[in-house]
Amino acid sequence: MRKQRGLHMNISAQVGSLEVEVALGMGSETLVLAGPNGAGKTTLLLLLLGALPCKKAHIQIGETLVADSASNLHVPTEDRHIGYVPQEYALFPHLSVRENVAFALRSRSSQKKSLVEKQVEAALQNFGIAALADKKTCILSGGEKQRVALSRALSLKPHALLLDEPLSALDICTRKSTREFLLGTLKNLSVPSIVVTHDAAEARMLGQRIAIMESGKITQMDTWEALSKNPKSAFVEAFVSGSNCLTHKCE
Amino acid sequence: MRLKFQKYILHAVGFSLAAFLMFPVLALFVASAPHGLLAGLQHPLVWPALRLSIFTTSSSLLVVVLLGTPLAWSLAQSKRTTGQLVETLLQLPLVIPPSVAGIAMLLAFGSRGLLGALVHPMGTSAFTTAAVVMAQVFVSAPLFIQSASSAFRRMDSKLIVVAQTFGASPFRIFFRVALPLALPGLAAGAALSWSRALGEFGATLMFAGNLEGKTQTLPLAIYTAFQTDIGAAQAISIILVLVAFALLLLVKVFMKKAEKNP
Repeated sequence: MRKQRGLHMNISAQVGSLEVEVALGMGSETLVLAGPNGAGKTTLLLLLLGALPCKKAHIQIGETLVADSASNLHVPTEDRHIGYVPQEYALFPHLSVRENVAFALRSRSSQKKSLVEKQVEAALQNFGIAALADKKTCILSGGEKQRVALSRALSLKPHALLLDEPLSALDICTRKSTREFLLGTLKNLSVPSIVVTHDAAEARMLGQRIAIMESGKITQMDTWEALSKNPKSAFVEAFVSGSNCLTHKCE
Repeated sequence: MRLKFQKYILHAVGFSLAAFLMFPVLALFVASAPHGLLAGLQHPLVWPALRLSIFTTSSSLLVVVLLGTPLAWSLAQSKRTTGQLVETLLQLPLVIPPSVAGIAMLLAFGSRGLLGALVHPMGTSAFTTAAVVMAQVFVSAPLFIQSASSAFRRMDSKLIVVAQTFGASPFRIFFRVALPLALPGLAAGAALSWSRALGEFGATLMFAGNLEGKTQTLPLAIYTAFQTDIGAAQAISIILVLVAFALLLLVKVFMKKAEKNP
C-alpha cells in the first residue's frame, strides 16, 4: 500500500467572533494560503497546531491522526511534530543563534549532548548561518532571521511545516534573495507545507496550489492558472489580476 | 500673553500638590533632632529593629518570589475571564486597610483563629517573628503578583507556541523561556513588594504585636520611640526613606529594562 504523506483537515472552530470552517486535503506539496486580513489564516495555523481549541476537528498528518473529535483525540501541540515559523519568526531574543537551534533539538531529544551539538552545527551549516552562530538574534537582518527560524523548525524533521507570512518582515532588497532561498528549501522538503501570504507574486511562485480564505472559509482552492481563468469571488479576481489592491488596502 | 498666563496658572496649581508631597520628606532631613541624629541612631530600640526588619523582609520576599512567580505564570496563562477574576481577588490585600488585614490574619491564623489549632499546636503565643513574616507576605505579595503576571503577559505568546512545537515541556518553557524574558519585570515587582513589606505596620502590630527583638520591626520601633524620643524616631525614619528611595530607583531601572525588551 502506498504511504500516505499528506495533510488532511476538517476543522470547525469559533475563535473570538470568527467562525472557522475548513475542510481540505493536500499532498507533500506547498500550499499557499491567501486572503484578506482577518480571514482567519493565522488562526487556521494555530488550530492545526492545537494552540487554539476546535469545536470539531479531524486532522491527519501523514499516517498519524493528531485530532479527532469523534474519538475525543486531541494530541497536544508538543506531540504533533509540526514545524511552525510565525510572522516575524519568534526567535528567542535572549538566546544566540546556536542556542535557538539547540533549544529546539534538545527539547524532545534524550540524546547525548555531544550528538545534539553535532546536529546543531549541521543545521547551522545547512542554512548557511554557521558564521552567525554566536550572535544574538536581535541584531540579525530579516533574511538571516528567517534562515535561523527555518533551520530551527526543520532541524527537528517535522511532519508538516507552517509558515506565516515568511517574507512580509523583509525590505524589498533582501526579499528577492530570501524568496529564492525559501523556494529552494520548500522544494527540497518532502512534507506538506502551508505558506500564508498577502502577496500575489509570492503566492504564484511558492505554491503548487493556492487556497483562498475569506471570513473563516476556503472559498476557492486551485492552481494559479485555474484561479486566474475562473475566479469565483471578487477577492480572487483582484488577487490574481495582480492589481492586488484589495490586499494592499488592508495593509 | 493670556495664553502664557493660563499655562502658568496650571503649572502653579499642580506645583502646590508636588510641594505638599515633598515638604514632609524634606522636613525629615532638615528638622534638627533634639540630640542629633547620630545619638538617635544609638537608641537601644534601633539595632534590634533594624536586624529584625532585614531578617523578616528578606524571608517574606523569598516566600513571595518563590511562590508568587509560578502563581503569576499560571494567571498569565489562564483564560482571560477567570484569570482576571482571580487576579482582582488577589489584589484585595492591597486595598483593604492594614488594620482590617490584621484582624483578618488574627481570625485566620491567630491562636484562637480558624486555623489556630494548626498553626499553634502547643497553644503558643501568636506574637512570633514568623507572624511578622506572615503579615508582610499578606500585604506585599499582591504587588509582586501584579507586576510579575503583567511581565509574563507582555511576552510574545508566539514564543511559547513555537517552543511547544519543539516538544518543550512546561518546565522547560517556564525556566528557559518565560523566566529569563520576564526577569526585569519580576525584579521590579520584587523591589516594589520588598518596600511594601519594609514599611508594613498596621497588620504586624495587630497580628504579631510589638515585642522588642521579636516582632518589633523598624516601623513599629518608630511608633514606640516616638512616644519617648522623637529623635530616635526621626533617625529610623530617615533610614527607611533612604532605603525606600533606593528601591524606587531600582524599580524604575528594571521597569525601563522590561519595556525595552518585551
